[in-house]
Amino acid sequence: MSEDGREELVGTDDDSENMAVDGSLNNTMVEEGCTLLGRMEICVAEAEKRSGKNAVNMQETFTVYLIETRPMDAVADGRNPAPDSLWRRYSEFELLRNYLIVTYPYIVVPPLPEKRAEFVWHKLSADNMDPDFVERRRVGLENFLLRVASHPVLSNDKILYHFLTEEQGWKEVVYETGFQAKADSWLRALSATFRVRNPDKRFMEMKQYSDELQSHASQLLRARAKVADRLYGVYKVHGNYGRVFSEWSAIEREMGDGLQSAGHHMDAYAASIDDILEEEEHYADQLKEYLFYAEALRAVCRKHELTQFELEMASQDLISKKQQREELATGIVRTFSFKGMTNKLFGQEAPEQREARLKLLEELIVEGEEAVKEKTVECEEHVERAWVDMQRFKEQKDKDLREALINFAVMQISMCKKGIQVWSNAKECFLKM
Amino acid sequence: MSEHTVPADLSGHMLDLDEDEDLEVFSKSTSLADGSSMPNSPSSMVNQYRLEEDDEEQQNGNTKDIFITVDNPESHVTAIETFIMYRVLTKTTRSEFDSCEYEVHRRYQDFLWLRSKLEENYPTLIIHPLPEKFVMKGMVERFSNDFIETRRKALHRFLNKISEHPILSYNQHFKVFLTAQELAPHRKQSAGFLSRMGETVRAVANSVRGLSSRPEEFTLMQEYLENFSNKICSVNKVTQRVIKEQREYLDELKQYSPTYVQWAGLEGELAEPLKDVASCVERCSKETEEQIQHLSQVLLPILHEYVLCGETLKMQVEVDGLADRVEMANNALKGDWSHWQNSMRTDLKSAFISTAEKNVEYYEKCLAVWELFLLSQRVEPRKELDEEDVS
Repeated sequence: MSEDGREELVGTDDDSENMAVDGSLNNTMVEEGCTLLGRMEICVAEAEKRSGKNAVNMQETFTVYLIETRPMDAVADGRNPAPDSLWRRYSEFELLRNYLIVTYPYIVVPPLPEKRAEFVWHKLSADNMDPDFVERRRVGLENFLLRVASHPVLSNDKILYHFLTEEQGWKEVVYETGFQAKADSWLRALSATFRVRNPDKRFMEMKQYSDELQSHASQLLRARAKVADRLYGVYKVHGNYGRVFSEWSAIEREMGDGLQSAGHHMDAYAASIDDILEEEEHYADQLKEYLFYAEALRAVCRKHELTQFELEMASQDLISKKQQREELATGIVRTFSFKGMTNKLFGQEAPEQREARLKLLEELIVEGEEAVKEKTVECEEHVERAWVDMQRFKEQKDKDLREALINFAVMQISMCKKGIQVWSNAKECFLKM
Repeated sequence: MSEHTVPADLSGHMLDLDEDEDLEVFSKSTSLADGSSMPNSPSSMVNQYRLEEDDEEQQNGNTKDIFITVDNPESHVTAIETFIMYRVLTKTTRSEFDSCEYEVHRRYQDFLWLRSKLEENYPTLIIHPLPEKFVMKGMVERFSNDFIETRRKALHRFLNKISEHPILSYNQHFKVFLTAQELAPHRKQSAGFLSRMGETVRAVANSVRGLSSRPEEFTLMQEYLENFSNKICSVNKVTQRVIKEQREYLDELKQYSPTYVQWAGLEGELAEPLKDVASCVERCSKETEEQIQHLSQVLLPILHEYVLCGETLKMQVEVDGLADRVEMANNALKGDWSHWQNSMRTDLKSAFISTAEKNVEYYEKCLAVWELFLLSQRVEPRKELDEEDVS
């Protein structure tokens, strides 16, 4: 738990295991002082298995993650205080994220690492309990926190701060914000179909982009997984050379030594693929993050559609009410209405009734105008803020993905160098045959 | 160099490829009809006995005085059949040859004939196998280019093996094969396959053999051959499997690079690096294709030949081991045996080395591709990402 209760927390963490991910992030994220990350060092240090009773009183096993925080200034001063820490499970991260999405619908909210392993190639376990999966998820969760804590808007959120600092009672605090109700209606709206007359073109284009991004990123990830699977097969088959050469060397005089040692290199070659592919998973994770980001981007566009739609509905409603007023006032029926019909059929109503109705309409119109004003502001604000964040997102995406591609190339180079070494060694052995 | 390896006072002229003399020496004893056993004219035995000592010299390569190539496969169509003719070019300085260059055309059947004649004439020697008549396994079409090319190479190797063999190389059938424009007139006897010969010999041998009389060397050789055959088969299978896995990997790679291009179509700044990665993956695919080809065309055929060798040898050793033989014959096989072993070692060694070199080359080329990409992104190829800043 933090000492002063608020912001005197500074520091940067460099978790050595997270180079590939953190390396790129640290460049985009250090905005000292103005974001939480500028003042507080955050990391997800560990993962542990726990058992407990769940909501329906059944025994379950789950993983918890240790979030550690440290004041930035302490680290800068050279002091090395023990970090504050608390444990959170994946579902709590989800809760935090849902809260953020609902509370900041104009922000492209960073995604969480996948709940279940997708785009697996055969060796990689799809089991949530698999240590490799858990490890990659730990990295992903840390990445999520770092992104959120360095976001110009999101980082100021109190709930986020509580999430990082108060283990007990955090859930209650979240629910108290009443975001759940908003979340429900938001979800309903997201999945509804409605026709918007004048959406902002840029947002429509962005929505189109997010759909295509999702589609192409998925295809790429799927293809990559297949390639990884096949490459695994190629390397592992060479292990058979190791075995056969070893057996063969036993019956040969001159060739024996050369064969035997070549066989060892073949074994080494076969074994090397495991590390190679594990590293490549980190690259896949970087791509996946943007696959999931695409959904968040889409949500922002949808929110725009929704607010625009509501504005149009409110405007439409206002217009029709005004028309009704006009008709009542002048007696001229422009539009079909049952009242008009009944008036025609049964004669006009009494003046007092008309007065009453007019008065009601006036009130409704005033309300309607207020509503339209509000909706207009809401819509414009959303557009303005969302556009800013989408630009920020775009820049971040271009930078991060370019780094990911560079990472990928670096990995390929490393793989090639290993290959050169192994086969050069094997050649030396064959020369001794 | 026509200096042969037999001391001058002894039957130096025995190795002269005097056609009639040769025929005389062997035809008496290789009459199939009466089931008599192997040639045992003393002089021929002595020649074979000398084989081992002279092996080293022959292997030096400086003594190579005959060069043979098999190339130019051409399709021949007649009313009855279609077949492939191969051109056999011989260049030699040997005095037994009237000319120093010969160009003839032979079909697969002719090679079969040659080999069977050699087997007939030298049942104790190790004769390199021919590529198989049909390839059942891969269901390769008989006249597909790959099949023809593989066969051509194997036929080329076959003739060269014969020409490198200190005894076989001077066989008159071999000479006829290389020089006669028309082979048909020389194919007096129908192609005698080893099986017929082997059966006969085995039948005779069985009648005089007792298990305990099997010489120890042959037991060892038999054991070795059993194991060798086994191992070479395994290596062959592993190699086939490697090729199969590589092909499947290549298929997926080909699906992989377009996904980068597709994504690039969406993007602005990111489009270029995405497309660059796509082209890198494509270039690596091409290298993979070449690597697969190399395996199929260099390593696999040699392994396959030695699988055949193993099979043939196992049979032969059985024959020889069981035969109640003259001491000389044992040594003849032993001599040829070490010639064969050296040959085998050289062949396999060179095939493995070639494969290793090709793999190194493959990785070097791919490495260059990716380093170029990094350079184009204005990144130092060897930098650690978290230490320097990205420009």
